[in-house]
Amino acid sequence: MNEIIWLGRGGQGAFTAAKLLGAAYTIGGEKYALAFPSFGPERRGAPVRAFTKLDTKPVVDRSQTEKADYIVILDDTLYSPQLHELLKDAGRIIVNSKNSIDGVIAFDAEKIAAGFRLPTVNTVMLGLLAGISGIVTAAEASAAVTGYMPQKIQERNINALTKAAEEAVR
Amino acid sequence: MKKFLSGNEAFAEGIRLARPEVISAYPITPQTIVVERLSEMVEDGSLTAEYVHVESEHSALSCAIGASAAGARAFTATSSQGLLYMAECLYYAAGGRFPIVMMNADRSTALPWNIYGDQRDSLSQLDSGWIQAYAENAQEALDLALMSYKIAEDKRVSTPFMANLDGFVLTHTYETVDIPSREKADRFLPPYETDNRIDFENPKNMAFSAGPDTNYIFKYKEHEGVLAAREVISETEREFADIFGRQYTGLIESYRADDADYVIVTLGSIAGLCRETADKLRENGVKAGVVRIRYVRPFPNKEIADALRNVKAYAVLEKDISFGNEGTVFTNVNSALKKAGVTVNGYNFIGGLGGKNISAGDIEKIYSDIAKGTESVNFIGIGGEDNG
Repeated sequence: MNEIIWLGRGGQGAFTAAKLLGAAYTIGGEKYALAFPSFGPERRGAPVRAFTKLDTKPVVDRSQTEKADYIVILDDTLYSPQLHELLKDAGRIIVNSKNSIDGVIAFDAEKIAAGFRLPTVNTVMLGLLAGISGIVTAAEASAAVTGYMPQKIQERNINALTKAAEEAVR
Repeated sequence: MKKFLSGNEAFAEGIRLARPEVISAYPITPQTIVVERLSEMVEDGSLTAEYVHVESEHSALSCAIGASAAGARAFTATSSQGLLYMAECLYYAAGGRFPIVMMNADRSTALPWNIYGDQRDSLSQLDSGWIQAYAENAQEALDLALMSYKIAEDKRVSTPFMANLDGFVLTHTYETVDIPSREKADRFLPPYETDNRIDFENPKNMAFSAGPDTNYIFKYKEHEGVLAAREVISETEREFADIFGRQYTGLIESYRADDADYVIVTLGSIAGLCRETADKLRENGVKAGVVRIRYVRPFPNKEIADALRNVKAYAVLEKDISFGNEGTVFTNVNSALKKAGVTVNGYNFIGGLGGKNISAGDIEKIYSDIAKGTESVNFIGIGGEDNG
């Protein structure tokens, strides 16, 4: 099972990214996913955690992830070195940041988002995760955007995540 | 058609297919998304129903009772303190034999104020005369939405139906669900027809008072109606499997319990983690099993006694405490065993209160604790107490 923890602030769309990843992974109909937020009242700006669990068999363990394959952080003020304790041995942390950070994959996601007039980086981070991990393809992630985001913002998000996936591979 | 939906949304899809004619709901906290989705369906025309915004949960169920008394198929939903505010009307609905369906998002009760999941809200209302089902996942939730009306409206039953979904862990978690076709749903569930309705051509007294001479007979009939659901649930699940191809197992679902030494009896969305833990323990030679209670009313007395007859020890894991005693499901399970003459060591594990995460490690510890013996009532994360 692949487990991803998403960290963001209320309003940044971390849970939307967690859902889109689950939808993208299951889009072929042969695989299974759970996506859920760290439950509670939603407040703009407050730290938010979300989880995606992916497997080739039905995911029946609904508990919070204790060890993740990837931790994706939408806001670098939420990064702390202690987060490495939540990773599996080969796990990686991907952070949206203009600065390089030791031991993590830092990427200026805001720059890509701005290029597509997107106010949030959630789909860019999804694209980066797709490019780095190969858990889903950019095409599958795009199909999830088509299925589950409002139509008027689909194209920009698809272009942004596709670009992010390409840059991540490079 | 397969879609990636939350438990709330899956239940709303099931209700859309069941074609309720009246939906009454109070939309403010602790309400969940299920009624928002239904209001969107009514607005976009994909569901033809009268959608009534009311000023409280008490009014939401009162409105559903009125609709049902007019012969309409009625739906409402609530959660937590909202269910408790409805409590007076729960008894009116059951006593009036109105087959209303309600989705309850199982959430903690105040104080301290908390909107996270546990099962104290619905389990506190076991005596209200409603059928109570507990879903494990979003697919089962959708399927229950469809089956619930068929069971509740059966003439032998005529009893309201509460479908319980664990708050957040099920209601707000997204997963893939298969949404049946409208054509198949209509074949499975015909329109509601009843004589228990206001009829100007054939006037009769409804929702009347009954004194000591007859009241006890009505109460016994009400009891019989809930008991009759046992058979009707089986029939309905067989018919459901014929049309939709998904099998359900009646009042309980047993997993590797036949030859098990140690069994966890539980309900709701935690059962999956229990099964996975049982599999893991079996690889190490521990004969572990799981019994998931799907219906707490009518209570599966016989099924539970049969499942636990030959085990060495069992645990009842529930997100509930009846203060000053123990978890209510534990009380019910022990009564079932006593009546059947089964004497096995049983232990109560209370966890997940106020949304506290229950981990794989917690489940493993339950199995090891009951194998070596522990206190009668155990609070996960706190400790045990011998209150016998």
